[in-house]
Amino acid sequence: MDIMDTIKQQIEENDVILYMKGSPNAPQCGFSMRTSQAVMECGQRFAYVDVLSNPDIRTNLPKYANWPTFPQLWVKGELVGGCDIVTEMHENGELKTLIESAATPAE
Amino acid sequence: MKIQTAITQKLEQHFSPAHLEVVNESHMHSVPPGSESHFKVVLVSENFAGLRQVPRHQQVYKVLADEMAGEVHALALHTYSPEEWQATGMAPDSPQCLGGSKADQ
Repeated sequence: MDIMDTIKQQIEENDVILYMKGSPNAPQCGFSMRTSQAVMECGQRFAYVDVLSNPDIRTNLPKYANWPTFPQLWVKGELVGGCDIVTEMHENGELKTLIESAATPAE
Repeated sequence: MKIQTAITQKLEQHFSPAHLEVVNESHMHSVPPGSESHFKVVLVSENFAGLRQVPRHQQVYKVLADEMAGEVHALALHTYSPEEWQATGMAPDSPQCLGGSKADQ
């Protein structure tokens, strides 16, 4: 599958997906750590992709997103933002509201 | 100082900022001394009034496309309209490095 199709599919099939450096439990970048912690604190399940181990996605997602850096948080197919935006939304409570409304309820 | 100067000039030209800070934060990261890889930008402009954060940042990334495609690795962006800036008055600190750039070498 074409890499752009793969990205599109990931973003469409996951209500909350975080593209980051490393993993939420072992982030490899301070910006990714801060962002993944904010998302984890919302208490819902979310998908993540480690772009350090997926170089094709790291190269091509910035073109798809018109956004040159990581992390990137996507909710319901839409780019929410990078570290600065997500941190601000976490602090003012918007992030939790957004993620709770988007996440698939736990079974 | 070359990249820092270019960033400052481009942002001044494009956004006519009411307030602009371009801080080289590369020393906080795992890069050689004198690097121009990590920056923090605080930008207050009338252009941002009524816009959500994602399109604001996309405007900045577009203006700085050459820098982002080159040596600049991270750009912490804090964008405000003049009204928002009056209400806030300061931008948050950037996170400390965890060494991820080493994976690039």
